[in-house]
Amino acid sequence: MTDEGYVVVLVRSTNHALRAEKVLENVRIDCKLIPVPRQLSSDCGVCLRVRRADREVVREALEEAGVEVRRICGV
Amino acid sequence: MRQVYGDEMIYFDNAATTWPKPAEVTDATVHFLEEVGASPGRSAHRRSLEAGRIVYDTRETVAELFNAPDPLRVVFGPNVTEALNLALYGYLRPGDHVITSGVEHNSVMRPLRALERQSEDGSGGVELTVVRCSPEGFLDPADVEAAVRSNTVMIALTHASNVVGTVLPIGEVGRLARRHGLLFLVDAAQTGGAYPVDMQKERIDLLGFTGHKSLQGPMGTGGLIVGERVDVGRLRPLKRGGTGSNSELEEQPRFLPDAYESGTPNTVGLAGLRAGVGWVLERGVAEIRAHEVSMTQQLIDGLRAIDGVTVYGGLDAERQTATVSFNVAGMTPSQVGLRLDEEHDVMCRVGLHCAPAAHKTIGTFPGGTVRFGLGALNTLDQVRKAVEAVRHIAGEAR
Repeated sequence: MTDEGYVVVLVRSTNHALRAEKVLENVRIDCKLIPVPRQLSSDCGVCLRVRRADREVVREALEEAGVEVRRICGV
Repeated sequence: MRQVYGDEMIYFDNAATTWPKPAEVTDATVHFLEEVGASPGRSAHRRSLEAGRIVYDTRETVAELFNAPDPLRVVFGPNVTEALNLALYGYLRPGDHVITSGVEHNSVMRPLRALERQSEDGSGGVELTVVRCSPEGFLDPADVEAAVRSNTVMIALTHASNVVGTVLPIGEVGRLARRHGLLFLVDAAQTGGAYPVDMQKERIDLLGFTGHKSLQGPMGTGGLIVGERVDVGRLRPLKRGGTGSNSELEEQPRFLPDAYESGTPNTVGLAGLRAGVGWVLERGVAEIRAHEVSMTQQLIDGLRAIDGVTVYGGLDAERQTATVSFNVAGMTPSQVGLRLDEEHDVMCRVGLHCAPAAHKTIGTFPGGTVRFGLGALNTLDQVRKAVEAVRHIAGEAR
């Protein structure tokens, strides 16, 4: 799949990203931790790459688990 | 390597550091060093992410054991001493009043005394009330409540004495702290993993824990769990530096746990801690506690039956941890300890145990006591042999 099929989820820190990864694993949503794309943030942390189609379920699952989502955007 | 103990060695210094560790702890540390090895939360490559997952899983495991509200409220550090320093130095301001007990370890008492003395250099100090405990080391919650003033902001208590093992009534004190709008700081160094500690049920706002005792982890691990009532904006970090987050900013992040976790953590130690706490959870704190109660009562009864031996504390295993202090008439604690080690292969700790206040409370200051600190991996047979060793030494002293 090309990048167009994905979005990235930016959270506060790597600790939050690791937590988000666990939350999404528990509800069986595919995700991958990747470095934050340079054009989105100068932070040296990681973010989650998820399927574009899962965008809203991801947002809901993370909000329900108390993981603050900063941005969800295309890559 | 030099062999430093005999095959029949009895290790009764678990109140300082538990040993041996469950095999899973060793396996987890070796696995980290050989298979993972990278910095957690810094880089985004697979080894770094795996290290980050190990640290995160350790947070979850610790949060489960203490019923913390959220794993990201678990702040890791090298030991409970740093955790308590963070809570006390980070939160208290000149003019604040804080209440503590007469059985505290110096990890609580020294920071508080230093904060109190700041008034002498003109910077304004913290006001401190040390609530007296009974000669057995028990604390009456009514005495704590009577010490509350209009400027009281915190009650800082050990959960159990590291000298005589007496358990303090943190449930009652937690309730009264909440009633008066005070923060409640608990030092769980002596109880975590060996005695139930429930942060939410006991209304604990700041919980200091250490990895190397009954959590069964390696030395160099511990931390502070920051409850939801604590104003993170007010709790100043002890140190500032790289966190792997908000790297574009030259200011310290203000969110948990990053605000208080600068610098590369002891990830190999935390890998071991996860395995240690996992071992505790699998076995169950209730089962560990039952085993320790039975050994402790046998130890207390055995020692008390020896002529010339004085045992301190409540003498009731149900009301204390597996730590027992005693003295032998006609001998100093250090003489007893040396003979136990060299002639009977019993390893314990003698002296003041970094807790002069507790020894003043039980009447053994400045001479100190001999302390047997039992752990989950000791046996009733070891208790029997150690009691026989004390009987032998006490018989010769008479």
